[in-house]
Amino acid sequence: MKALQIAEGVYDVGATDWNVRDFHGYSTDNGSTYNAFLIIDEKITLIDTVKEEFTEQMMAKIASVIDPKKIDYIISNHTEMDHSGALPRVVHRIGKDTPVYCSKMGLKNLSSHFGDKLNLRAVADGEELSLGKRTLQFFETRMIHWPDSMFSYIKEDKILFSSDAFGQHYAGPERFDDQIGEAIMPHAKKYFANILWLFAPQIKGLLTKLTGLNLPIELICPDHGILWRDNPAKIVETYTEWCELQPQSNKALVVYDTMWHSTEAMAEEIVAGLAAEGMDAKPMHLRSCHRSDVVTEAFDAKAIVVGSPTLNNGLFPTVADFLTYLKGLKPKNKLAASFGSYGWSGEAPKLVGEELKTMGLEMVEDPLRQQYVPDQEGLEGCFEFGRRIAQAIK
Amino acid sequence: MDKYVCLVCGYVYDPEQGDPDNSVAAGTAFADIPEDWVCPICSAPKDQFGKE
Repeated sequence: MKALQIAEGVYDVGATDWNVRDFHGYSTDNGSTYNAFLIIDEKITLIDTVKEEFTEQMMAKIASVIDPKKIDYIISNHTEMDHSGALPRVVHRIGKDTPVYCSKMGLKNLSSHFGDKLNLRAVADGEELSLGKRTLQFFETRMIHWPDSMFSYIKEDKILFSSDAFGQHYAGPERFDDQIGEAIMPHAKKYFANILWLFAPQIKGLLTKLTGLNLPIELICPDHGILWRDNPAKIVETYTEWCELQPQSNKALVVYDTMWHSTEAMAEEIVAGLAAEGMDAKPMHLRSCHRSDVVTEAFDAKAIVVGSPTLNNGLFPTVADFLTYLKGLKPKNKLAASFGSYGWSGEAPKLVGEELKTMGLEMVEDPLRQQYVPDQEGLEGCFEFGRRIAQAIK
Repeated sequence: MDKYVCLVCGYVYDPEQGDPDNSVAAGTAFADIPEDWVCPICSAPKDQFGKE
């Protein structure tokens, strides 16, 4: 395995995880990459590492450039184990005294992961570290997306190592934005929706701070996916837009599960009612669509309509799963409604509605319930329900 | 008045500034913040704070 030179003296030495399909509950249909970077200067520096089981791949790439034992400094921008997991093995190989620079919270969190195996050194926000010809500057980016997160920036080369920000779970033949074009954006959006949505206020603050610092940026290197070299401003501008949490005014999402196709029939009629009023609406079945794809659609939908059959007097389990996941992402500026078919007790639509209300979503309709199988009148009721939700959106 | 630090994410509560975005007025001592207040950065509860 050979390293890829991404700038004069700067190499991509990370690993490609082609076949990962479940990343802590996030579906990674195209795999992912764990990006790590090697800087050749008077002080040879490794920025971030990879998941532990990919250590050898990274070491081989480093060895294609230089003897790994010559590494002087390691930078840990983020403690999460897909970036830090290889650290104990790396320092075991190259020398336990190798300093590992991290944020103040990184020092605490890396110690909680690896005990005293690492020679940790905390850097302050804005602190600089000379590598010889180059200077690295560090910026704390707490809660983007862990307390320890930070960015590192090479002032002379204008390269920003942005940790998980601007990343995408994508493994492919391309390594740069110009090689893949627009096709990368859905992956970037899915990443933002699933990992960063709830931290939008902090990201907005960070982007304002970075803009104020007026850092020239020619290359953004996130810890996952492709690197932004052709137009790094584009992903920054897109993040700025996403952080506003302003949904598309004509988009509605109908999320449901179903036991005997009755809640499904309701979902499809509601979608038809929404569409009749000009909404871009689609139904997503929770046992056919992964929760991480559903929240990606929910991210920019103006209305979220959730359907659950009543099972044993309660929510259907996949609906509870979805609601728990959505709640944690702190959705804002959305309308909502609930519905579902039931046999005898019929609690689920009301329980869904209460959960959506707890999230701060504005309920535009009372829960719509249908006993057993919806007849023609029942289906028309669902169609009208969809129309009224569309009118509330307008 | 003492500053308090969030032991989870490192956020520092400064009583002089309060947390006006979350209805805690400037000049509020940490002890007087409502018990259901959470860290504005990481949402850790009040008992996860320690004196700076």
